Amino acid sequence: MVKPTDREREYTMSSTNVVPITKVSIIVSHGSLEGVYPGLIMANGARMEGIDASVFFTFFGLYAIMEKTMDHLRVATVGNPAMHVPDAKGVPMPTILGAIPGMSAFATSMMKKEMEKLDIPPVREFLQMIKDAGGELYACKATVDMFHLTKSDFFEGIDGIISVGEFYEKAAGGQIIFT
Amino acid sequence: MTMKQFGAVTVQVDDDGHLANGSMWNENLAKEIAKEEGIESLTDRHWLVINYMRKEYEAKGDAPSLRKLTKESGVDTKELYALFPKGPAKKAAKIAGLPKPKGCI
Repeated sequence: MVKPTDREREYTMSSTNVVPITKVSIIVSHGSLEGVYPGLIMANGARMEGIDASVFFTFFGLYAIMEKTMDHLRVATVGNPAMHVPDAKGVPMPTILGAIPGMSAFATSMMKKEMEKLDIPPVREFLQMIKDAGGELYACKATVDMFHLTKSDFFEGIDGIISVGEFYEKAAGGQIIFT
Repeated sequence: MTMKQFGAVTVQVDDDGHLANGSMWNENLAKEIAKEEGIESLTDRHWLVINYMRKEYEAKGDAPSLRKLTKESGVDTKELYALFPKGPAKKAAKIAGLPKPKGCI
């Protein structure tokens, strides 16, 4: 008979003492509608479970917290092999169709309609909901510098423009979720 | 299905610890569940939320989403989290004698 190693014993013991998650730091690195929502749903979902949550927007994720763009995020219809038409259970959409002017706007409005049916709010309202629930929103300093942005370009609800080091400090003791 | 004691009352609860049989709910039970959830006393604002949730559940078969709750009950997000700290949707549903809400919002 093979005796369990110390490590195996420890694993069996620990699986009966599940420690709940108490804090998450979520990174949003994409700027398409479908790229931003997972992070927002996770942040709001965390707050609904009493889990501390902060969201760090970097690269094109900044568009989700910039005044000029946050109400106009779109679904990618080019370079998005997962795009199906006419609905999610349809057929894969050829790239050449996705490039037709107006296709992205059309796909975006379809997706927004479905989200509204499920009571998923638009980006701006969602961010305010997350803030009101006690979540924190941050912009990535490196991207802010790269895009030549200032605080005035951003949604007034953001809690600061921070560096990756500061992000890690804030994330300490919790889980990091990259989207 | 297990039995659980809230104050002086023992009721059947489901796997989430929520009241299994809705008809067993009354305001006293709500107060006892609230105490267990760390809410010492229920104010008028709490009752506004609880009654709204019960009404919605009766009409729709599921507790309302947090967004709907904040828009229609008269209690906004900030106040909701202050009234029911740490997990308002679930906590309010539990106190209201409803099953855990199914949605993600």
